[in-house]
Amino acid sequence: MANAHHAAGALPAEPEKATLEGKNKLLGFWLFLGGEMVLFGTLFATYLTLRHGTAGGVSAEHLFKLETVGWSTFILLTSSLTSVFAMIAMHRHQLKALLGWLAVTVLLGLSFLGLEIYEFVEYVHEGHTFSANAFATSFYTLVGFHGAHVAFGVLWITLLILQGLKKGLTVVTAPKFYVASLYWHFIDVVWVFIFTVVYLMGKVG
Amino acid sequence: MDWLTTVDHKKIGILYFLAGGFFFLAGGIEAILIRIQLMYPDLHIFVGGTFNQLLTMHGTTMIFLAAMPLLFGFMNAIVPLQIGARDVAFPFVNSLGFWLFFFGGLLLNLSWFMGGAPDAGWTAYAPLSSDTYSGRGVDFYVVGLQIAGIGTLIGGINFLVTIINMRAPGMTFMRMPLFTWTAFITSALILFAFPAITVGLVELMFDRLFNGNFFEVGQGGNVVLWQHLFWIFGHPEVYILILPAFGIISEVVSTFSKKVLFGYSSMVFATMVIGFLGFMVWAHHMFATGLGPVANSIFGVATMAIAVPTGVKIFNWLFTMWGGHIRFTVANLWALGFIPTFVMGGVTGVMLAVPTADFQYTDSYFVVAHFHYVIVGGLIFGIFSGLYYWWPKITGRLLSEGVGKVHFWFFFIGFHLTFFPQHFLGLIGMPRRVFTYLPDQGLDTMNFISSIGAFLMGIGTIAFMYNMIITGMKKKDAVNDPWDARTLEWAIPSPAPEYNFKQTPLVRGLDALWKEKMAGNKEMTPAEPLGPIHMPSGSILPFFMSLGLFIAGFGFMYGKHTFEVEFFNTLFNNYIIAGFGLAITLVCMLLRSVYDDHGWHIEVEELEEKGVKA
Repeated sequence: MANAHHAAGALPAEPEKATLEGKNKLLGFWLFLGGEMVLFGTLFATYLTLRHGTAGGVSAEHLFKLETVGWSTFILLTSSLTSVFAMIAMHRHQLKALLGWLAVTVLLGLSFLGLEIYEFVEYVHEGHTFSANAFATSFYTLVGFHGAHVAFGVLWITLLILQGLKKGLTVVTAPKFYVASLYWHFIDVVWVFIFTVVYLMGKVG
Repeated sequence: MDWLTTVDHKKIGILYFLAGGFFFLAGGIEAILIRIQLMYPDLHIFVGGTFNQLLTMHGTTMIFLAAMPLLFGFMNAIVPLQIGARDVAFPFVNSLGFWLFFFGGLLLNLSWFMGGAPDAGWTAYAPLSSDTYSGRGVDFYVVGLQIAGIGTLIGGINFLVTIINMRAPGMTFMRMPLFTWTAFITSALILFAFPAITVGLVELMFDRLFNGNFFEVGQGGNVVLWQHLFWIFGHPEVYILILPAFGIISEVVSTFSKKVLFGYSSMVFATMVIGFLGFMVWAHHMFATGLGPVANSIFGVATMAIAVPTGVKIFNWLFTMWGGHIRFTVANLWALGFIPTFVMGGVTGVMLAVPTADFQYTDSYFVVAHFHYVIVGGLIFGIFSGLYYWWPKITGRLLSEGVGKVHFWFFFIGFHLTFFPQHFLGLIGMPRRVFTYLPDQGLDTMNFISSIGAFLMGIGTIAFMYNMIITGMKKKDAVNDPWDARTLEWAIPSPAPEYNFKQTPLVRGLDALWKEKMAGNKEMTPAEPLGPIHMPSGSILPFFMSLGLFIAGFGFMYGKHTFEVEFFNTLFNNYIIAGFGLAITLVCMLLRSVYDDHGWHIEVEELEEKGVKA
């Protein structure tokens, strides 16, 4: 919209919804997350179908170590909190705090990825490779899809931080920050389900 | 060059029509080749593997690369005009959706020249589609449909947001034309159905290219899983296809009966119910798989339930015509041909919904007859109806009614000749997807008639192409409202100007334009003063983003291939090509994010100048 360029002086209270473009982006992204929900739902369905298909390989209760996964969960849930702080800062028009909290979110995301890679490497050493059996294939696909989403989110939010440094907080950049935080929450919610359905249910057999 | 970078929904619509039309011809030729092989018993023209490739590509092409883009063509060309919007919500994403579809379709069809097309049927059931039993072609199927599917998905999101957020003042949901309503529900179905096929295709791809075990029973996999994933997508898909056709028929019947659509709100409600039930019935494609009597009964009953809202629609169309001033234009002929034909397809659908009877029909020509009655007799008739109806709004020229009637009658008669006998061929036991049959088993005559019908449909299609060419050579002389129609798109010049509406119109009721005409107004009441119009800039990025995925697709498909040239082995076997392709896409995404598009303005003076010309 035309007012996008000279609105920096008087930023509205909810800058992400100030323009039609912003509103469209928010609604479109919510719908996209609806599609993502079906995507992960289908991956969960696949995993639940195949999780006992070990064909003589390592089974879930012998494989998973809840300690690493517990830390991953703690880190990722905390990163959801920090992204909320970033949004609160955005609504107060505090650019530095916004970018700072986003940076913390990125760091936590990176730690989560590090732990996940460490976990996967350990599993592979125990013979639980992608091609070992149907359980392994569906496990790596589900958890790996989530990991790829985290990795994409880390890259994306890093890019947004750089943009924020250059362009500041405007009605153009605000929707970008907002949808990135929506995305990040979504990834967290998926992880809660992975923690429950894959790891906890895996432990009880 | 303008066509590669355009973000104008009307031009993207035309691109969808061109690409969809091209693939429709390709799929049609495949169909005719199939019918040539089956014309006489014991023919050996397209034997075994070749026949499998033909029938697989016929189905896949027609559903994913012809029907879907043609509908997207209509949604692009018409929906923003019907709701009084200047463009879609995300013009850039719209263009990206088209190019993804195009490159996906291109990749799939290149399989013909690169070692054979997919040959596992359009449903690609595992384990037939695993690399043990089928050729390289299925790789093209999984990768090509994957890329095209992403394009469809983002297109669906785009139209949902457009219809929710971009309606003109006064255009409430219950004043939207029925085509827009069906486009809306179809987009919602796309949003929730396509991710399922995406996952299914990813799993098949992982099995084939990276030694996964999803469908490897020996490694703990499960082949029925594929059927569920495919049909959880696949059944909503048939409603994704047919609902916009219902919308087109509703517009055409109402316009050419000069009556408001009978039971508008029940039409809207029926569309929603069909959309909802569409997700509840996928297992009726799997009755013979052996899910057990309880599951079969539930899915059978749910399937029959869909006949209720569909029947509501049929009767509403009939009551719309009742007592109307019916004009038998070509568009209306298609609509009138649609109604009984689609009812016949619906009736065989209810027959197939009875699980015990389905055990007899399954995998026979009866099923082939059924789904061609709904897809060709429903969807394709609807598409042709819409083409004749909206052609002036899209191109500024009216198609020839005379040639159109030749087209209609050849195609209509040819269609029934082709597919009506197939019901009986199926009932007396002819299996589908088999390349030949023996003489003197009662199959000869009906197969011969069926093939003749296919040729007649071919002649009809040629008549349509001739019509397009002679019309294309005429002057652009269509008036704003050649049919004395009812909805907003007919309030603006034909073809619609770049900015659609000089001033956003104020909508005062259902059938917005008709309401103004009845109030004695020549045009819509504007809802805003004349001012400069903001337009989005064109961009080449969608083209390159899609090209990147196209290249990456080849990179992954040939990751384990051994080439004669050592250099190619290095490039492909280390996934360098795949990485390169993905990098192109990601860099384009980065550029899109970093550089804000400020767009440009059409000034008031320019608008007034154009106003004079129009």
